[in-house]
Amino acid sequence: MPRGGSLTKLAYYSTVQHKVAKVRSFDHTAKETEGDPLYEISVQEEITARLHFIKFENTYIETCLDFIKDHLVNTETKVIKATGGGAYKFKELIEKKLRLKVDKEDEMTCLIKGCNFVLRNIPHEAFVYAKHADSEFRFQNTHPDIFPYLLINIGSGVSIVKVESEDKFERIGGSSIGGGTFWGLGALLTKTKRFDELLQLASRGQHSSVDMLVKDIYGGAYSSLGLTGDLIASSFGKSATTDKEFSKEDMAKSLLHMISNDIGQLACLYARLHNLSRVYFGGFFIRGHPVTMHTITYSINFFTKGEVQALFLRHEGYLGAIGAFLKGAEEDNPNQYSWGENYAGSSGLMSVSPDLNPMQRARSGTFDMLEMDRLERQLVNLPLLQDPSSYVPDTVDLTEDALAREYWLSCFEDALDGVVKRAVASQPDLPQAAERAEKFRQKYLHKLQTLRHQPFAYGSLTVRSLLDTREHCLNEFNFPDPYSKVKQKENDVALKYFQKVVMSLEKLSWEQRQFALVKGLLAGNVFDWGAKAISDVLESDPEFGFEEAKRQLQERPWLVDCYNEWLERLKGPPHKCALFFVDNSGIDIILGVFPFVRELLCRGTEVVLASNSGPALNDVTNSELQILTERIAAMDSVIQTALKEDKLTLVQSGSSSPCLDLSRLDKALATVVLERHTDLVVIEGMGRAIHTNYYAMLNCESLKLAVIKNSWLAERLGGKIFSVVFKYEVPFKSQELKQ
Amino acid sequence: MDKGKCALEPKSAAVHYANGLQNGFCSPQRSSGSSGGSAAAGPSVAGLGCSSPGSSCSCSGSSGGGGHGCFESLHHHVLQEQQHNGSPAKRSRLRRRTESVRKNRPPFPWFGMDIGGTLVKLVYFEPKDTPAEEEQEEVENLKSIRKYLTSNVAYGNTGVRDVHLELKELSICGRRGSLHFIRFPTQAMHSFIQMGRDKNFSSLHTTLCATGGGAYKFEEDFRTMADLQLLKLDELDCLIQGLLYVDSVGFNGHPECYFFENPSDPESCVKWPCCLDNPFPMLLVNIGSGVSILAVYSKDDYKRVTGTSLGGGTFLGLCCLLTGCETFEEALEMAAKGDSTNVDKLVKDIYGGDYERFGLQGSAVASSFGHMMSKEKRDSISKEDLARATLVTITNNIGSIARMCAVNEKIDRVVFVGNFLRINTISTKLLAYAMDFWSKGQLKALFLEHEGYFGAVGAFLELLKSSDDPRDDP
Repeated sequence: MPRGGSLTKLAYYSTVQHKVAKVRSFDHTAKETEGDPLYEISVQEEITARLHFIKFENTYIETCLDFIKDHLVNTETKVIKATGGGAYKFKELIEKKLRLKVDKEDEMTCLIKGCNFVLRNIPHEAFVYAKHADSEFRFQNTHPDIFPYLLINIGSGVSIVKVESEDKFERIGGSSIGGGTFWGLGALLTKTKRFDELLQLASRGQHSSVDMLVKDIYGGAYSSLGLTGDLIASSFGKSATTDKEFSKEDMAKSLLHMISNDIGQLACLYARLHNLSRVYFGGFFIRGHPVTMHTITYSINFFTKGEVQALFLRHEGYLGAIGAFLKGAEEDNPNQYSWGENYAGSSGLMSVSPDLNPMQRARSGTFDMLEMDRLERQLVNLPLLQDPSSYVPDTVDLTEDALAREYWLSCFEDALDGVVKRAVASQPDLPQAAERAEKFRQKYLHKLQTLRHQPFAYGSLTVRSLLDTREHCLNEFNFPDPYSKVKQKENDVALKYFQKVVMSLEKLSWEQRQFALVKGLLAGNVFDWGAKAISDVLESDPEFGFEEAKRQLQERPWLVDCYNEWLERLKGPPHKCALFFVDNSGIDIILGVFPFVRELLCRGTEVVLASNSGPALNDVTNSELQILTERIAAMDSVIQTALKEDKLTLVQSGSSSPCLDLSRLDKALATVVLERHTDLVVIEGMGRAIHTNYYAMLNCESLKLAVIKNSWLAERLGGKIFSVVFKYEVPFKSQELKQ
Repeated sequence: MDKGKCALEPKSAAVHYANGLQNGFCSPQRSSGSSGGSAAAGPSVAGLGCSSPGSSCSCSGSSGGGGHGCFESLHHHVLQEQQHNGSPAKRSRLRRRTESVRKNRPPFPWFGMDIGGTLVKLVYFEPKDTPAEEEQEEVENLKSIRKYLTSNVAYGNTGVRDVHLELKELSICGRRGSLHFIRFPTQAMHSFIQMGRDKNFSSLHTTLCATGGGAYKFEEDFRTMADLQLLKLDELDCLIQGLLYVDSVGFNGHPECYFFENPSDPESCVKWPCCLDNPFPMLLVNIGSGVSILAVYSKDDYKRVTGTSLGGGTFLGLCCLLTGCETFEEALEMAAKGDSTNVDKLVKDIYGGDYERFGLQGSAVASSFGHMMSKEKRDSISKEDLARATLVTITNNIGSIARMCAVNEKIDRVVFVGNFLRINTISTKLLAYAMDFWSKGQLKALFLEHEGYFGAVGAFLELLKSSDDPRDDP
């Protein structure tokens, strides 16, 4: 619990009881009867760990303590961790009220610990601020190695800290001219008491009436030195020589420039001395205030001539609280756990656009709530990424692409009714399904509306983040797997056709078969409840079949058509090992993917099937895939042998998203990929191969294939609905070697 | 007065410094030195600040570092004149004039001017070896200028002659006399130009050497209002040349430079004179309205490292706004009586004592003006406290930036100049302390008695050089 200036930030850990859908195979020895489902679905309670961070004004300290008290009832907690100036000030009150011992944690240690945590765990945590750009926030890729970096914490004073590793950091400098100077001096000069009001004054002022500029001394620019006439030669220089009244706005602006420039200059001097290029800014002076982020950014640009970018953090306000908590709980073992931001429980970055939401802007702060869910596994980069540091999963950044943003937001809004219906239908026997589904609708609708105004609220807005937010919201209202029954039914139906499909493939010539396999893969991928166009068809015509899908497919040449190159490759030696990121349940996985996999296995290629750890739409989950694989193995000797000889491996991806982030994968998957010397990666489906990873560069051959089941997107790519993308890529190096 | 003798008289100081001069200024004339230095300065500078008296160095290519032919030939002249010494009475006015030109001496009066953002600094050379009959022939307005400047210590409401800084018994270009130091606010510049017109200054056909931003800003006014042509000079070139010159001639027999012994202990901290025997490299911090920081590697090789807009102008500007004072003197007087700890938040105010984890003393300032966030505290402090806090804040900040630059540039000698330091021992001692304490004794802060006048002196030296023909060094 760090207690800085006027806000208290509280971090607590909870275990959340969640409903999760489980699948369990029936006893296979029992005789199968017609109409019996393939496996059993049950909804169980599962306990997951969650970190909550909330903040409120100090005036509500008593309410805050009551809140903590209520939440401490059944715990063994004896000690509360506190940091920040208030940890000293409110120690007695806290100890008396809660009957807990207050452990004062070192402020800087907590801050750094928190900073490491968010940088490591939250994609798009850091951003560059560009006031006049189309999108004010330019989010940075998560760099696999976050160290070393410089943290400039601008509280009442300034601390400059060099962070070299998880435990190694050093305060290399500081300055007494900081947020307190702006506030204190500003209050004296303008008789304005509140920090926020001072910033508002500043944003309206003209500093040139107070500051002495280069042109005031030289009459113009001093161009031989590259000093333009508008540069400040002497802050407040005019108030020393001019005998006149200055407006509050102008003085506040001049003061803001003076302090921001000074901090920027010192930051640059320290960055240069220690040869650091990643410089993060935090502290109450920064905390989401566009005015200060702008002046600091300007100053850093000026003093480093653009060599260093000022970086800001989305969750900057919580670093101390996160750190204080982690320090007490030792929950942050990066070798054991990963954390993901829960979009449902987190409020986003505030709007800064002046014509929007003045109420929100008036509240100073990056956000009010943050929830982080713990995953019991370590997430790592796919070892086959060509350049992990420049890898961006998402194909289109909706934060920057207003047209695409408008489309997708509307698209998700329009699809909401269907999702609600699906959610209710998935729980016919559970209480209050309709009410919960309605709450889900409200919550997701609200998120979409927020995103319409503040696309940057959770980092870069992408189709992936929209999909993930929907999943988080569904979970929040205990709809862990609305598609469980649909998936079950589809899997069931598709399994019955498996042998028939394999047999008809066997009859084809080698070359015909290769094409049929690819076509099957694509046709299977048409079956997707995630895409609105398909869910409409499936809803109205359940008999829509595999053959029908094949007929719907675009004729060659496809929108992206590398089939000839792929065929040529198949004439060569077999791949050593193929990693296949699978997509949907039912026809897709059973009639599309498995025959293709079977062919690879026959060629002598080992196969790793990577599927989602948790449910998302109708995507096949790892536990479902295990049952399906067993059933297929029972029918097919190739699959059976491959399983037995460990040539076919099932792994979970670590994800519960309909999209795919290759920089956050289960560590076990990465290990297998390396052990097997994987030399081919197949990524299937719109979510994984189009919305994400379309431009991902890998070290080995890759196949990205999908059917565009969205006419808007198809048009954007220059095609029509059901256009086919078949992208076969060979990394530059091995291509050269071949020639 | 027998000038030859005088100049040769073993007045220890004169001889010593003449030698210094020789060393310092006798490199071949019109070298490409200045452009070299400037080129280095140009692109590598990162600073918004500008120095006060205007800003920055120019790479004007004019002048610059080269030697001063005039001084270069000082001994030469002296010897010559000694030989001709016998017949001064025979010289006609015309002859003297031509001789003056032949000897590469500009006609009187000799001025150097530095027009900064806040203050104009003027140096004036008063020849004291003028023979009586020459004095009689002296044009009237030349005489009146000399009388006006040397018989007053204040000019108008705001002009001041810093009598205590006068450099006496200087031998320059074969003439001996005093260098006077005069300052007035830049705001009075137009009155000054008008005076030049009224006194018909243009009839003297002297070159007016000017540096500082005002040389550019007021050039047009000089021309149109007073028919005077300015020789515009780069302010950082002038600053360095002026500084090296004054250091080399010394301060009337005493060293120009000083430092503080025991800077970390207020009880035993004492000012101590010293010589800049081997001044390079040095970090030169010029604190005027704003601040320029230069790394100086030789007399004509330097670069502007950076600058800050938090300088003397900021101190005075904020003081005026916060306390209602009107002059620098007034502001400093208030500051001397105030206590900044009533205004600033110290480390101990936040942590109850030292912040040991980072080795921060409890008495260190954590947040300048930090107490002023609270209304109660705002209501309880005095104007004197505010003035002191402003002074301490600005000074510490300059110290901090200077120290970082010194470390980045790997220079351990930091020379502070500029009019912000005038009658300002609070700041000089604080800078000395800050350099010593934060560098753990690695850095040394040095100060100069003529703190704000080096730019003007540098411009003055250019005047002497400007009429000089290229000539071989004997």
